[in-house]
Amino acid sequence: MATQATGNPQPRQDKYGRYEGPVNEPDFLKVSKGLRSWLLTLDHKRIGMMYLYGILGSLLVGGAFALLVRMHLWTPGGGIVQQDTYNKFFTLHGGVMIFLVIIPGIPAALGNIIMPIQLGAPDVAFPRLNLASFYLWVSGAALLVGAVPFGGLDTGWTLYTPYSLESKTPVLVATMGVFLLGFSSIFTGLNFITTIHKFRPQGMGWFQLPLNVWAIYATGIMQVLATPVLGITVLLLSVERFAHIGIFDPTLGGDPVLFQHFFWFYSHPAVYIMIIPGMGVISELISTFSRKPLFGYRFVAYSSISLALLSFLVWGHHMFVSGQSRLANMVFSALTFTVGIPSAVKVFNWVATLYKGDIRLKTPMIYALSFLLLFTIGGLTGLFLGILAVDVHLHDTYFVVAHFHYVMMGSTLVAFLGALHYWWPKFTGRMYNEQLGKICAVGVFFGFNLTFLPQFVMGSKGMPRRYWDYDPQYTIYHQLSTIGAFVLGISIFISVIYLMASLKNGKRAPQNPWGASSLEWQAPTPPPLYNFEKPPVLHEIYNYDDMIEVEPDRWVRQAPDTAEVSEAPGDAHAHAKPDVATAEPAAALPSEGKPVTPTEPPEDKS
Amino acid sequence: MKSFKRYLFTIGATAVVTIAIALALFGTPTAGAQPGPAPTPAEKQAPPQTTPPAPAPAPAPAPAAAGAPAKTWYDELAARPIMEEGTFWMPKSVNAVADDSDRMFYAVLALSAFFFFAITAAVIYLVWKYRHRPGHKAEPSAGHNDALEITWTVIPTIITVFLFYYGWRTYVHVVTPPQKAVEINVLAWRWNWQFTHQNGVEDSDLHVPVNQPVRLVMTSKDVLHAFYAPVMRVKQDIVPRRYTYAWFLPTKPGTYRLTCAEYCGTDHSQMGKSQDKKDAAGHVIEKGRRAVLVVHSPGDYERYLAEKYEDQKGGGDPVDHGRKLYEKKGCNSCHSLDGTIKIGPSFKGRWGTQVQTNAGAVTFDENYVRESLMTPNAKYQAGFPVGTMPAFEGQLKERDIEGIIAWMKTLK
Repeated sequence: MATQATGNPQPRQDKYGRYEGPVNEPDFLKVSKGLRSWLLTLDHKRIGMMYLYGILGSLLVGGAFALLVRMHLWTPGGGIVQQDTYNKFFTLHGGVMIFLVIIPGIPAALGNIIMPIQLGAPDVAFPRLNLASFYLWVSGAALLVGAVPFGGLDTGWTLYTPYSLESKTPVLVATMGVFLLGFSSIFTGLNFITTIHKFRPQGMGWFQLPLNVWAIYATGIMQVLATPVLGITVLLLSVERFAHIGIFDPTLGGDPVLFQHFFWFYSHPAVYIMIIPGMGVISELISTFSRKPLFGYRFVAYSSISLALLSFLVWGHHMFVSGQSRLANMVFSALTFTVGIPSAVKVFNWVATLYKGDIRLKTPMIYALSFLLLFTIGGLTGLFLGILAVDVHLHDTYFVVAHFHYVMMGSTLVAFLGALHYWWPKFTGRMYNEQLGKICAVGVFFGFNLTFLPQFVMGSKGMPRRYWDYDPQYTIYHQLSTIGAFVLGISIFISVIYLMASLKNGKRAPQNPWGASSLEWQAPTPPPLYNFEKPPVLHEIYNYDDMIEVEPDRWVRQAPDTAEVSEAPGDAHAHAKPDVATAEPAAALPSEGKPVTPTEPPEDKS
Repeated sequence: MKSFKRYLFTIGATAVVTIAIALALFGTPTAGAQPGPAPTPAEKQAPPQTTPPAPAPAPAPAPAAAGAPAKTWYDELAARPIMEEGTFWMPKSVNAVADDSDRMFYAVLALSAFFFFAITAAVIYLVWKYRHRPGHKAEPSAGHNDALEITWTVIPTIITVFLFYYGWRTYVHVVTPPQKAVEINVLAWRWNWQFTHQNGVEDSDLHVPVNQPVRLVMTSKDVLHAFYAPVMRVKQDIVPRRYTYAWFLPTKPGTYRLTCAEYCGTDHSQMGKSQDKKDAAGHVIEKGRRAVLVVHSPGDYERYLAEKYEDQKGGGDPVDHGRKLYEKKGCNSCHSLDGTIKIGPSFKGRWGTQVQTNAGAVTFDENYVRESLMTPNAKYQAGFPVGTMPAFEGQLKERDIEGIIAWMKTLK
């Protein structure tokens, strides 16, 4: 029996409660016009789109700083810029990439656009809060990047005390930026947790959720629990800087290492805030393009939650040589290895999903497979750093730099690009150039490895990080790395270009170009203001049995109305809250969303 | 749900059992225990004096630019090119306790390589075998398999327990110095090092003896720094207003890199770098170099300490220093202090008087003494043989000359 989702304003029903079909609402991009309709929108898709543009812009800024750093390091002996300038380059590269790109990348931009549709919901739980968190992000970004005209920040993105207390650069401006960005992140997390709890349609239990939603849920938990600590930390740092109260400043009896504890108590979970949404995306991509249900669904879902919880217990592994006690080092080393296990479980399940599949190497799948290999390297090199004795040698060297780039860039950013290519047709209504997409995806993979594999070698040979100058013995590794960085940078730049070009010239996207099973592909392309014209029909998650590709890149279900929801074992319905979904969002709907006379026929023209 | 509980239970039980087995097999390392290599230094300490000091003491006064003191043998050692050739992955290991952590590095490298290639091979094989092609369809297969999940959870769990355990054991050795060690105080600031040895000698390069454990007691004047000597595999943050410690047991004499590993601002990459030496015209005659770690051949560390001590603190106050130099440099064989005329004039009661020289009357003052030490034949006293007195140009340091002058003033 098909279960109809109730997460919808239900505009047209006949007297039997059945939906009159197809209605032709304008899509969310056309529903209203003008700058004001975008800036004041409460539509999660438009907010997500604005995030996306902001994030892509930040990516180019952060990437430009990265390329400047790599160009400077082409030769030893202080390449092209002075010490202080170089220090500002890597600080801003780190700050922009982490706070403006990677943390909000998947959840706030793509999650915002896609996650409510995956739930069959008309919007997030708190649309106004959603807009507020976007403007907090904008203000935070303005302050963080605003440090540049004020002279640029030179503390490293980690803001370690007491250096950050003494630095002559505008630390206060940047910490206020980070503070606001933190609140943006908390609001987003809060909003998404509520949305996932309350807006699941009747019949969609926790174990029929797409894994992307699970991942965003796990991320939300961490955002809400960890980010306040960052807020307090940067606030204390700011107060210390102008009022000298003696919390972190050793000359006033403060403890500079305490700052590191506070900072990593947030920033280690933040690593998982960055990576877990990527893992969610990869679960979707691998399943869809293998035409197979995700192997070990429950294990992958629970591993996201266990990663989220364990990530709170391992911050001390950033401080093995900071002077913290041996006992603390021992405990943190042991706990650190526990996070390796859920990660390994995920990788094995992804690989097992490929078995007996029908694998299509579309652009998003190339990114997914890249992720699989890069994340494996990132995870395995984490073992070196978790081992106390080896970490003493590798800490604060390029080995660490390479390791966290494999996790944060090789995994998260690659997943972000994969997700962007996967959902791009859905929310823009346009197909991008598949050939260019594949070439760039391969370019990203090889460019990335060329950039960061040599850094592992440099690091284990003892090249410390954040060095303006280096010994001539490292020249060859630095040069390989710089070449790789340009391959990577150019690939990403071309990707942004052809994606933008597709908005004008792209082929119209069909409703379901990849044959994916989750609910967003039942929504029109691009979706109307409240996402669905008729409530989506729930099918067994990741079941592709009745889908056929009627023409290239256009999939339909053979008999959608007779498809059945398999009763999942256990507590499938236990959490479903039927009525909330219709009541709450209606109150928060934007006034701009009045039904509009259709102007053109809906999607599905390719 | 049930299968999941079974799964969690199996994993928990495995972890507990593995830890129990690991502890039973290897015992508990305690931080206070004497690490393995500790006794060795005492044995190795005995024979050092048998070998003659390898590098000859300062080769004949170098024709250095006027006024520049000659380089001492230990400065020449420090200025040698750095020799750290090791493997493709690591610089050579010079620390007796680092060999264990190197072994762990390579073991994990092998383990990682195995897993990486296994996963890559599986991905490539599966993607090729099940690639989309006309007529190919996905085939049904199990959606999950608890036995498989348990296997690939339990195996990594066991591996990580062992990695943690060995890492910890080795770490305890790496951070626990033996009871007897050469202690050196380290003071770091933006952007220099100061290494203070037990006899009070200070240097911006770290000089240590071979085959003796060295313990560093470190603090910072301003922000965080980190002591990092790659060949020793030792790294430790240096925190202001607090002491942190590091130790190592150098096994091979040589000159090695010494770096700051915790970001400390502008010249983070240049800690301890000396200024370029320039001649009068502003041309660089010698490039500045970064601070280094010098591991001395047996006996040389003691020699370094003694000579550096003479250099920095010799005799304590300048007058003493001057008197010691008078004896040590052999001035006493020609110049008496009691008015007796030997080969040269006596020093008694000469300060401030007029001296008759070939260039006329000259006051016996600071400049005359300095000139007589550096170029004795420029102005020589009538009645004494010319050319007998050796020139000390390049052999005396500024504080030596000051000492001699201060001492001469006291010879009433």
